[in-house]
Amino acid sequence: MTSATRPDPVTTETVTDAVLSVRGLQAHVAGQQVVEHVDLDVAAAGVTALLGRNGVGKTSTIKAIMGLISRSGTVTLDGQDIASLPTHKVAQLGVGYVPEDREVFSGLTVSENLRIAERPGHDHRYGLVYELFPELKERAGQAAGTLSGGQQQMVSLARALLNDNRVLLVDEPTKGLAPRLVQEVGKVLARAAEAVPVLLVEQNLQVVRELAHHAVVLTGGRSVHHGPAAEFLNDPEATQRLLGVHTGAEGAA
Amino acid sequence: MSTVILLAITGVGLGAIYFLVACGLSLIYGLMGVLNFAHGVFLAFGAFLGFEIANAMGATTWAGFAVSLLVGALAGAVFAALTERILVQRLYNRHIEQVLVTVGLALAAVALFDGIWGTDPRFPSAPAWLNETTNIAGANVPNDRFVAILAAVAVLVAIVLFLKKTRYGMIIRAGVENRSMVTALGIDVRTAFTLVFTIGGAAAGLGGVLASHYFGYVSPLLGQTLLIFAFIVTVIGGLGSLLGAAIASVLVALLQQFANFYLSGTGDFAVVILLAVVLLTRPSGLMGRKA
Amino acid sequence: MTTMNTRGTDETSAEKSVEKKVDEMRTAARPPLDTAPAGDLRSRALGLIVPLGLVVLMACLPLLNLSLPGVLPGATYTPGTLHMLALAMVMAGAALSYHLLFGVAGLLSFGHALYFAIGAYGLGIVMEHLELGLVPAALLIVVAAVVLSTLLGAISLQVTGIPFAMVTLAFAQAGFVLVRKDPGRLTGGEEGLRLPTDYVPDWLVGVADTRNLYWLALAGLVLAFVVVTWVQRSRAGHVAEAVRENELRVQVLGMRPFLVKLAIFVAASVIAAAMGMVHLLLNSGAVPHITSAEFTISLLLMVVLGGVGSRWGALVGAFVYVILSQRLAVLAQLPAIENLPAVLRIPLSEPMFILGTIFVLVVMFLPGGLAGLGLRVRALFSRRSAADLDEQARTPEALVQEDDQQR
Repeated sequence: MTSATRPDPVTTETVTDAVLSVRGLQAHVAGQQVVEHVDLDVAAAGVTALLGRNGVGKTSTIKAIMGLISRSGTVTLDGQDIASLPTHKVAQLGVGYVPEDREVFSGLTVSENLRIAERPGHDHRYGLVYELFPELKERAGQAAGTLSGGQQQMVSLARALLNDNRVLLVDEPTKGLAPRLVQEVGKVLARAAEAVPVLLVEQNLQVVRELAHHAVVLTGGRSVHHGPAAEFLNDPEATQRLLGVHTGAEGAA
Repeated sequence: MSTVILLAITGVGLGAIYFLVACGLSLIYGLMGVLNFAHGVFLAFGAFLGFEIANAMGATTWAGFAVSLLVGALAGAVFAALTERILVQRLYNRHIEQVLVTVGLALAAVALFDGIWGTDPRFPSAPAWLNETTNIAGANVPNDRFVAILAAVAVLVAIVLFLKKTRYGMIIRAGVENRSMVTALGIDVRTAFTLVFTIGGAAAGLGGVLASHYFGYVSPLLGQTLLIFAFIVTVIGGLGSLLGAAIASVLVALLQQFANFYLSGTGDFAVVILLAVVLLTRPSGLMGRKA
Repeated sequence: MTTMNTRGTDETSAEKSVEKKVDEMRTAARPPLDTAPAGDLRSRALGLIVPLGLVVLMACLPLLNLSLPGVLPGATYTPGTLHMLALAMVMAGAALSYHLLFGVAGLLSFGHALYFAIGAYGLGIVMEHLELGLVPAALLIVVAAVVLSTLLGAISLQVTGIPFAMVTLAFAQAGFVLVRKDPGRLTGGEEGLRLPTDYVPDWLVGVADTRNLYWLALAGLVLAFVVVTWVQRSRAGHVAEAVRENELRVQVLGMRPFLVKLAIFVAASVIAAAMGMVHLLLNSGAVPHITSAEFTISLLLMVVLGGVGSRWGALVGAFVYVILSQRLAVLAQLPAIENLPAVLRIPLSEPMFILGTIFVLVVMFLPGGLAGLGLRVRALFSRRSAADLDEQARTPEALVQEDDQQR
């Protein structure tokens, strides 16, 4: 039984073998602070989940790590500080990004969407991509804008998996997808996480439960909880307080 | 009938010149969000250097004419590339300030051209054939119109091929859609910025030489006058759309020609009214993406 | 239940935060209360004394014999100097109206010259052809400016940001073409329009009466300054500033950003038209240049030079611009410049080249313009103004943000 009087903020555990470490991250959009103080570690293997209610700064945290919004604090990738690098340098160092709304280039064909993601000097894992998403091979010549939401999500994931990345930042990959597709995306992420550590923002707690080893929880632009994902999800008080959901007793089973 | 044909071909010729200015403006705005007020001085610079080299080589020879087109394009390209690298790029992502810098550059450059070439128009010579007319279905069409149309079509085809067939073309197309995602894929989009400025500058420089023959003069303000119509063309065509710019160029120029002839010189007003109508009915332009 | 989507429960908290923001916004949109603490009283008094003192000083200049060699062409009572200063004041009034558009509402217009020209040309045409006296003609033009700017503003404001800039440019261009075409021999074409002196009181006509014109320009400028200050401090001004920062939030509040922007657009246009009328009297005529995009750009240049978002910046910017553009031309004729090699002589003898270059340098290296520079210098000496610095020295980009968030 975890204590109901746990002080807030809490840092129960830090990951020792982090591939990506964020300390004291702050970020601004249009003069407004959207990330106030975030510490997080992405473990060198498996999926680390980034959780929290809507509007607490999860997407902004991911964008700040990518350098897509102005940020300060430290972000280290394999011990190298990347917090002052422009976005393209961050990506070149091996940070793959799957944005919240897929952001495929709708006027480009599927194969162009993949080719533009090819990073020079890396092997491009078309074998893996087409194994996971055989549909993309069939639709290579189709404009990405004419694909369904699920197919666009495949393109977006495929762009990130194509290169030999050090870490993937995946933002709400199951948003707006049918339940069958949610499962499929979950499988793809599990497969991806075998090869490369993943920082995953996800609202669907079933997916989180299946995939994530570690969890970081944000509230009001601050990270307030770090620890094993299962332990957090099985704590009804903490999930109620930080995510606003009942995970229920059977969730602990 | 012959009047209609003459007006139509002359209109398309004017549209060709508009397109040469507007294509660069539209690409630059589409990719970078910058309204480039310096585009007119790229044109004027191309026109003046083309004028000088043609005179040096013999303006009435075909070789002189060809080299003047080449030099005009080159001059526009170099001026544009330097502008992007030295001024615009330093204000990365600060669009209003980027616009202001191009405004300041345009002021300074026009004044400098005034100082170098004087404020009075200069009159370029050309190979004799260009000053002659060709009879098409009873209409005597000046030959320089055909050269302008040919050049614009060649530029359109070249830019389309570049955009469709090369990696940088792909990056530019993707960047027009979603610049930040391009950078998130590890691509330094600034190279693409310099590239669109260079391409746009080359087209404008070429357009400058052709415009100096079409209108029969070169002056420091030649570019500024054309620039305003090119702005209108890019808004009507849809900011960022190359095809939109091509269609709108011809549309605007034809409207201008016909209104000037049949509605007693109201061409420029007709264009502004067209702009207002397009904005009220399709604010993103003919071929623009929905905002 | 094992899983549950967190989205459903989040709605309520999201709504709450919106409500909170709405409250914040309401507070922000309200004009500041007039219950200034005692400490502020001193600075408020100072804030009145300095402008009043300046007005008195400016009003006395024609009666004084002051010289500022290099800056002024002659002693302050001479017609040449008075004319230049009056021109600077007219331009300062026009720059203030542009400040209302760009600095307050964040509207980058390239067609503001149109309204200045309506004032200048309109007044001349109405006096000449309707045979009206100065005052009724001026009132008629004010009404015309309101109607036209409401109409064109409503169309232009269908778009925002850079497209707005282009549309306003196009409308002004139509005006420019019209003025140069000289339809019905109304505008005088390239030659320009002559002031119909028959309908103007004698004390405002002729070189000998430059003094009166100077005082008229000063009165116009003071009026423009008061009106701009009033609009800026009104509810519309506050909402406009809020719209500039976050249009969506204002819409949440149930206010119509469109109407607020239109109101500011009309106010700025009418002030510009009024300054255009003074310009007509001062120069005894109007030329097509005042309708051109270059004229609008010179207003933009003054505002940016002085510091975007600052009323005093717009004033100072206009004076610097007018004095530089007039005096640099004189400078170019100095033997020291004329004897230079062409590489140096040509650029230095073109005032617009120097002004354009200064402008580029200010945009690149001096965000906040002269006003920002002034504050920074003051900040070296006082801690209080150092705190103001963040507030005042805004970059133009901070004023107009629309693209990047959409991309």
